[in-house]
Amino acid sequence: MGRKLLLEHINVPGINTLAVYREKGGYRAVEKALKTLTPDDVVEEVKKSGLRGRGGAGFPTGMKWSFLAKPEGVPRYLVCNGDESEPGTFKDRYLMTHIPHALIEGMIVSSYALGANTSYIYVRGEMMPQIRILERAIEEAKAAGWLGKNILGTGYDLELYVQPGGGAYICGEETALLESLEGKRGNPRIKPPFPAIAGLYGCPTVVNNVESIAAVVPIVNDGGDEYAKIGIGRSTGTKLISASGNLVKPGVYEIELGIPVEEFIYSDEYCGGIANGKRLKATVAGGSSVPILPANLTLKYANGEPRLMSYESLSEGGFATGTMLGSGGFIAFDEDQCIVRNTWNFSRFYHHESCGQCSPCREGTGWMEKILHKIEHGHGTMEDIDLLWDVQRKIEGNTICPLGDAAAWPVASAIRHFRDEFEWHVKEPMKSQSTNYGLANYANPIEKKPEEVKES
Amino acid sequence: MLKVEETQPVEFSSALLAKFDEIVKRYPEGKQKSALLPLLHLVQAEYGWTSVPAMDKVAEFLKIQPIEVYEVASFYTMYFLQPKGKYVLEVCRTGPCCLVGAEKIMNHIEQKLGVKEGEVTADGLFSWRGVECLAACGFGPVLQIGPEYTFYENLTEQSVDQLIDDLKNKDLRQ
Amino acid sequence: MSDLVKVTIDGITVEVEPGTTILNAARQIGGDIVPPAMCYYSKLKGSGGKCRTCIVKVSKGSEKDPRPMPKLVASCRTTVMDGMEVLNITSPEVLEARAGVVEILLINHPLDCPVCDQAGECDLQNLGYEHGLQKTRYEFERRTFDRIDIGDKIQLHMNRCILCYRCVFTADQITDKRVHGILNRGDHSEISTYIQAAVDNDFSGNVIDVCPVGALTDKTFRFKNRVWFTKPVDAHRNCSHEKCNGKVTLWYKGDDVLRVTARKDQFGEVEEFICNECRFDRKKTSDWTLEHPTHISDTSVISSNHYETFKPLPVIKENLALQEANQRELEKTFKI
Repeated sequence: MGRKLLLEHINVPGINTLAVYREKGGYRAVEKALKTLTPDDVVEEVKKSGLRGRGGAGFPTGMKWSFLAKPEGVPRYLVCNGDESEPGTFKDRYLMTHIPHALIEGMIVSSYALGANTSYIYVRGEMMPQIRILERAIEEAKAAGWLGKNILGTGYDLELYVQPGGGAYICGEETALLESLEGKRGNPRIKPPFPAIAGLYGCPTVVNNVESIAAVVPIVNDGGDEYAKIGIGRSTGTKLISASGNLVKPGVYEIELGIPVEEFIYSDEYCGGIANGKRLKATVAGGSSVPILPANLTLKYANGEPRLMSYESLSEGGFATGTMLGSGGFIAFDEDQCIVRNTWNFSRFYHHESCGQCSPCREGTGWMEKILHKIEHGHGTMEDIDLLWDVQRKIEGNTICPLGDAAAWPVASAIRHFRDEFEWHVKEPMKSQSTNYGLANYANPIEKKPEEVKES
Repeated sequence: MLKVEETQPVEFSSALLAKFDEIVKRYPEGKQKSALLPLLHLVQAEYGWTSVPAMDKVAEFLKIQPIEVYEVASFYTMYFLQPKGKYVLEVCRTGPCCLVGAEKIMNHIEQKLGVKEGEVTADGLFSWRGVECLAACGFGPVLQIGPEYTFYENLTEQSVDQLIDDLKNKDLRQ
Repeated sequence: MSDLVKVTIDGITVEVEPGTTILNAARQIGGDIVPPAMCYYSKLKGSGGKCRTCIVKVSKGSEKDPRPMPKLVASCRTTVMDGMEVLNITSPEVLEARAGVVEILLINHPLDCPVCDQAGECDLQNLGYEHGLQKTRYEFERRTFDRIDIGDKIQLHMNRCILCYRCVFTADQITDKRVHGILNRGDHSEISTYIQAAVDNDFSGNVIDVCPVGALTDKTFRFKNRVWFTKPVDAHRNCSHEKCNGKVTLWYKGDDVLRVTARKDQFGEVEEFICNECRFDRKKTSDWTLEHPTHISDTSVISSNHYETFKPLPVIKENLALQEANQRELEKTFKI
């Protein structure tokens, strides 16, 4: 069994209450940090831990914290990003539902480290039940003296509030989230300035994912060095993986970074293999935005070595043969799933969720969706596939925020790896409406071969 | 161009206004606009949708221009700018849920309720619509029903039938 | 001055104040290397960054940190650093990306230039000529909206809008109360008042001048004439509005003033915003003190009939056959 730092007590009855959470060692990190560590000490521990942002970008959390500007007399803010909307990702919902105090404890310690006296947890509006859970937990914590004025007699004050979103994927982008928190449309801001300099209300702000904040608790408890011992290379610690799609046991799993992908999919400790006795065709390893990979490249690198669940290993091979860990939204496709249909579905998602602020994303996402709809429904031509490739290239890298890239990558990777399935839709328009392309050679074992050249 | 429904002017109850006051306290002085999203949720929970007179009242309360409220309410998908059924079944239609049968569930709901996406049943009880990822991919297919966004997971045609019947009965009892 | 920073754009070096954007540095150099800007407007705070037509490549970040920037950047919102090197028209990558943005801006834009009042002074039309494809690759139905009047003097053709947000910033910053804004999101976004409220205040007409396309047009000029058949003349009057100094351009057809606009600088930006009375209600020559014909760039179609002298190319002067072929044009030159 892998070590569990966040979900260790997930099955303890009543762990959502302060009493049981405390019984299981909860709020030790607050006591330790506020009474024995300076804010800078906490930042230092987080730096040492090697923790990387769990929301998707994987940027080192400690480094992000150390960028925070600290001008005299200006409040600083910590905002927790609980907008979890990336298709394939549902770990934050799970954490907030079952162990809300883990997040609150993390918020207290992190706010202390950053010198914030008011912090917000921005949760997507659709998670109203989780918002209620968090609000109740905050009340409990406040009544017990873990929040409010002069916490534990240390002189540190903190107010914590939950802010609901209104239904917009884009608010997961940190500056769009801040706009939304200011009561505006969720249009990402043009950077610079970055939130660390001018964030919420123009004040220095750190925005962190729910899981990142929760991970600060074990880091403070056990020390950053201990945390860094778990995992592999620069992928330290444990990671919550949301497993969905055609798996025997979909759900949220806490893994030590660095376990083989094959073990994650097939072992009984985790997903237990592909549902209904079918074979694996493809995976999206880190949420809908990351490149889709055929089964063979999911399990192994192009050179035949096994692929691991870590930031580096999943991106091994670049976009030619690799993908990304992203937010840890692991989606498995069985042999009867249609990649074209799924690409169209994701494309529709990004089209629907584009804020509309910058031209390439506003217009390009809709264009891609329409071309994909056409191909999926048997009206496509070979030129459409090339056009689609060209349109995604025009979006990628040319937008204000990463949503443009997130919309382009799934399309690019689907064409890169599954071009023959796209062509089959063109060549067999009737057949493609009633049957699927099947597994084809997507699971063929990889033999050692030279690096593929990236398509242009 | 958005269709604007004709509605009567609204007057917020003192209970609702008390909640507004409580929420505005969360933000620094002068940043009361931050309360806009939470306030609109409260308004919609109260009236079932977000009408222009209600939005104008919210603008007045927050001391902002009405257009600032319209801009926000029309940006986010959770605010209904048109009246909907009493129960709005929002089914996730994004990738992972589709891998496990969300499209079938939506077709089934359409048939069961006898109305197209976005329409209201004759008795005013139900609407349904497909929505994008609800972050419950491992428990798909899923749907939610506001205003508290109660969640229903691992849907089957039978469980959807049961749910709709239960809601009908619940309404009869009320 | 020692605190100026040095930036090189397409091989041309210029020294600018710290905090200057790449675009404004390029404007100080002038000429072809100035990136096009559809949404940025120097007089409107917060504008820019959205249309992506001004993207450039930063091949050297600064003297201190010479690493190139990983992506193309919006020149209107990127500040220059000392020693920065920027490629605009010398970078095929930039030109290709810009052509991509233009193509994307045009997929839902109606090609109704023949009946659009903006034709001839439209930034998107100019961009299309420079970077556009001959044929669209977009084969789907275009997005359409109803045409609406926002106030009795301004018409909104949402179909033509590229969502630059300039009119929203104008209403926020130039007028006392904003009643229009951006509704909906993504490619359903639209400029609207939502409820049928009129955009009505003393400075509302300026949204027409800042609009880079024909989305907001002057109803008092609607279908009156093509701009290239009109003659622009700079004029002023003693305007009683405290915020308006009455400096305008009058657009003549014969003896009639067909429309009044604010004066625009060489980058197409309004020099000073004008009030609605000057714009809509003062259309007699006697209302104004005329100054001189407006200078119009010789690359603009508006100048094609007018003030810039036709200069025969040197090759025509030396070639009899060409002189004959260009006889009429040459005669015109002599007349002027």
